[in-house]
Amino acid sequence: MYRQAKWDEPLIFELSRPGRVGYTLPKPIEDINVEIPEKLKRKTPLELPELSEPEVVKHYTRLSEMNYGVDSGIYPLGSCTMKYNPKINEEIAAHPKVAFIHPYQDERTIQGALQIMWELEQWLKEITGMDRFTLQPAAGANGEFTGVMIIRAYHLDRGETQRNEILVPDSAHGTNPASAAMAGFKVIEIPSNENGTVDLEALENAVSERTAGLMLTNPNTLGIFEDEILEIAKIVHKAGGLLYYDGANLNGILGRVRPGDMGFDIVHLNLHKTFSTPHGGGGPGAGPVGVKDFLKDYLPVPLVAYDEENDRYYLDYNVPKSIGKVKELFGNFAVLVRALVYLKIMGKDGLKEVSDVAVLNANYLTRKLKGTRGYELPHKELRKHEVVFSAEPMKRETGVRTLDVAKRLLDFGLHAPTIYFPLIVSEALMIEPTETVSKEELDAYVEALKKISEEAYTNPEVVKSAPHNTAVRRVDDVLASKRPIITWKMYKELKEKGEIDY
Amino acid sequence: MAKHYIPNSAHKEEMLKEIGISSIDELFADVPKEVMREFNLPEGKSEYEVFLEMNKILEKNKTVLEMPTFLGAGTYFHYIPAHVKYLIERSEFLTAYTPYQPEISQGMLQALFEYQSLIAELVGLPVVNSSMYDWGTAMAEAALMTVRLHRGKRKKFVVPAHTHPERLQVLKTYGAGPGVEVVTVKWNEKGQVDIEDLKEKVRDAAGVYVEIPNFFGLLEENLKEIGEITHEAGAYFVVGVDPTILGIVEAPGALGADIVVGEASYFGNPMNFGGPRAGIFAVKNDMKLIRQMPGRIIGITKDAEGKRAFVMTLQTREQHIRRAKATSNICSNEALVAVAAAIHLASLGPRGLRELGEIILKNTAYLKKRLSEVAEIPFDGVNFKDVLVKFERPYPEIHEELLKRNIHGGYYVKPHFPELGESALFAATETTRKEWVDALIDALKEVV
Repeated sequence: MYRQAKWDEPLIFELSRPGRVGYTLPKPIEDINVEIPEKLKRKTPLELPELSEPEVVKHYTRLSEMNYGVDSGIYPLGSCTMKYNPKINEEIAAHPKVAFIHPYQDERTIQGALQIMWELEQWLKEITGMDRFTLQPAAGANGEFTGVMIIRAYHLDRGETQRNEILVPDSAHGTNPASAAMAGFKVIEIPSNENGTVDLEALENAVSERTAGLMLTNPNTLGIFEDEILEIAKIVHKAGGLLYYDGANLNGILGRVRPGDMGFDIVHLNLHKTFSTPHGGGGPGAGPVGVKDFLKDYLPVPLVAYDEENDRYYLDYNVPKSIGKVKELFGNFAVLVRALVYLKIMGKDGLKEVSDVAVLNANYLTRKLKGTRGYELPHKELRKHEVVFSAEPMKRETGVRTLDVAKRLLDFGLHAPTIYFPLIVSEALMIEPTETVSKEELDAYVEALKKISEEAYTNPEVVKSAPHNTAVRRVDDVLASKRPIITWKMYKELKEKGEIDY
Repeated sequence: MAKHYIPNSAHKEEMLKEIGISSIDELFADVPKEVMREFNLPEGKSEYEVFLEMNKILEKNKTVLEMPTFLGAGTYFHYIPAHVKYLIERSEFLTAYTPYQPEISQGMLQALFEYQSLIAELVGLPVVNSSMYDWGTAMAEAALMTVRLHRGKRKKFVVPAHTHPERLQVLKTYGAGPGVEVVTVKWNEKGQVDIEDLKEKVRDAAGVYVEIPNFFGLLEENLKEIGEITHEAGAYFVVGVDPTILGIVEAPGALGADIVVGEASYFGNPMNFGGPRAGIFAVKNDMKLIRQMPGRIIGITKDAEGKRAFVMTLQTREQHIRRAKATSNICSNEALVAVAAAIHLASLGPRGLRELGEIILKNTAYLKKRLSEVAEIPFDGVNFKDVLVKFERPYPEIHEELLKRNIHGGYYVKPHFPELGESALFAATETTRKEWVDALIDALKEVV
């Protein structure tokens, strides 16, 4: 039986003992006396913790033991593509020739860095069918914002100022409408049909001379391939809109089909998903954006270019209609390095193998779980990299909700799937096993879900009160938002006043 | 052949049989045939071959360890204690995702809560999110937030003309959609915000932004006064800060800032050619502001047994719930970078942070003193890290001569600020060595 480490680990502030230091600094070059202007001098006492290095190390080691990562076990969060992160990626990214270079160095001293970016772009272009990439965006949503700003710039440039609507399917990631809104667009939601794909009639009715573009992920968030994609592209293009590809689910078609060939004009990729760079508990990511040739003049500056004649890489600021910058400097370079290492090792054959097995695993799991009491499979059966089950029958028949199922999975040392998303499936469980889990792990996951179903119908309390084997028991998130305690100081004050007992 | 990252590539047949189909291609039957294709990519290589290949490419980079480098301008060479790197590379942190399941993610949640608490101490504001992409995006989102707080009735965001140019560009891109009007304020003879010009421009502003140290590396002495002027005009006061200075300089929150942004990656993270980074975002404890704030916040709650626990909170502002009405689209943030910063900060403690500030101040002063032997220092004031230096000879020529001598000079400022002539920013930190500065000055004496 799984047991997660359970330390009563104090906050680092609570471990503090006056006088201890965790790091010794070098001496200044010369002991010059420089006075900070009186009105700027720090007068507010600085209450930082005081600890020696071994204490710092033990504290964070214990914390890490109370955290679950991909290296701890299966992590099938749908639409998040939590695959194994090869260790060689880390080793190369930690190279001093990556860590100790300054972004403003003379181009002659950073040819390696620029070559890495240029080479990565060549791979991404071929993988997506796009003509030019920016590697600047720091994450998928930053990439989405870049993409919709390019859409905006394109229409404005053509004098089509009335194009102020972005269409998104109701199954879309929440970042899609948020990114479109941030770029100043009105968001129009397109319903899905009974197959779980975009309803063509609804799309036809929604497009107009106000349409700036459609944001779509394919395979979509149900794990279903939008098989009418060529028709969708035709409808959007005919209306004068652009087609935007949300690359979150690229893992499902990698090495087989390219967004560019399906009619997409812009894509963003999530290097941290498809190309195996670690998520770090929420970031850093990297969200490169690729465009077809007719949009390349709008990309953020600078682009990386290669001068073949002189065998020289350089930063190209000559992007005539650039949207500007979406982040400082050139992007999350250390993440880009990891992605390139992965690509070189996988190669053409390996990348196709990724989608083959990712899709195989998802369908295998679907088949194995299908028919289990309490779970139903809405929409059609054939899935790509992920599958969405609904635990609606279980809730109706036993009172056990999807949330409870997710919490109970944790007791088996298995990460929960994405839950309650997409919004169009009630009591949704969105499972994405990825290609890096074994058959045995898939079987164990299915077994656990079956066991939970059995428990729901015989002993629902054990599921409703889960998890039991984790560092803490079920967490009260309603209390957290009703009474926000978001720093150590707030916590200390409330505790001292006796207003809280936790 | 089976792939070493893909266990089941050895068992495809068996699994296909269990699904009841005969080939993988059947799983792609719904993909239109006309768009399927063979990819024009190289074949995969062994790990060893790629290791060699990447090392060969990286050889072409010359690091700051191989040549004295005086570049700063927003990116600085700080030393990262070895244990910081060691700890954040623990795979339970490194390979985790956003802590959607708090019960098995307490480690990351507590570490991020501690980050929030540490930054809150530094900046003097109690509400800190668990990171933005970088300083620039944090500043841009702060601007959008001040406009939202005025319900779109005020769209003007006032910034010094000497704001970091990259940040200014990010602000303009982010501001384009909602129609934020960016207005710049002149600098005075001391290279600091011109108060009279600010008073002219602050009217009807949604927010006013100031950086400390500013782009010229100078401390803005009138920070508090600028805050008062801003508040009198009914605008929000946004301060951008390099947090390595906050052991010796007053917390911006105590000087009147409503929102503080900055760069957390200066602690715990190497330069990495400019990324990843982590933007600081902090606000006053005011629900009106908190509801409009972008990004994730970690809070304390209790578990079913009444025990203290950590969880992502106040999520009703986020895109996965609010979709088009979210306060921001930020989803993946820079959690690991933030944790590294927290570990570094916790290791420094109050004394270490103060010492760090003092050493940088002294090293910068030494660099400035020596530079004044060979060039003009246009602005008099206290410098932290960056020093603006003006030469008579075109700076690119000087840069070339320095590079020949294996020294990397400063950041050429003229392309952004032609009015400053042949000037460049030279920077020092705690990592700067005396022999590097002396070599620089010797070389400059030959070439200016």
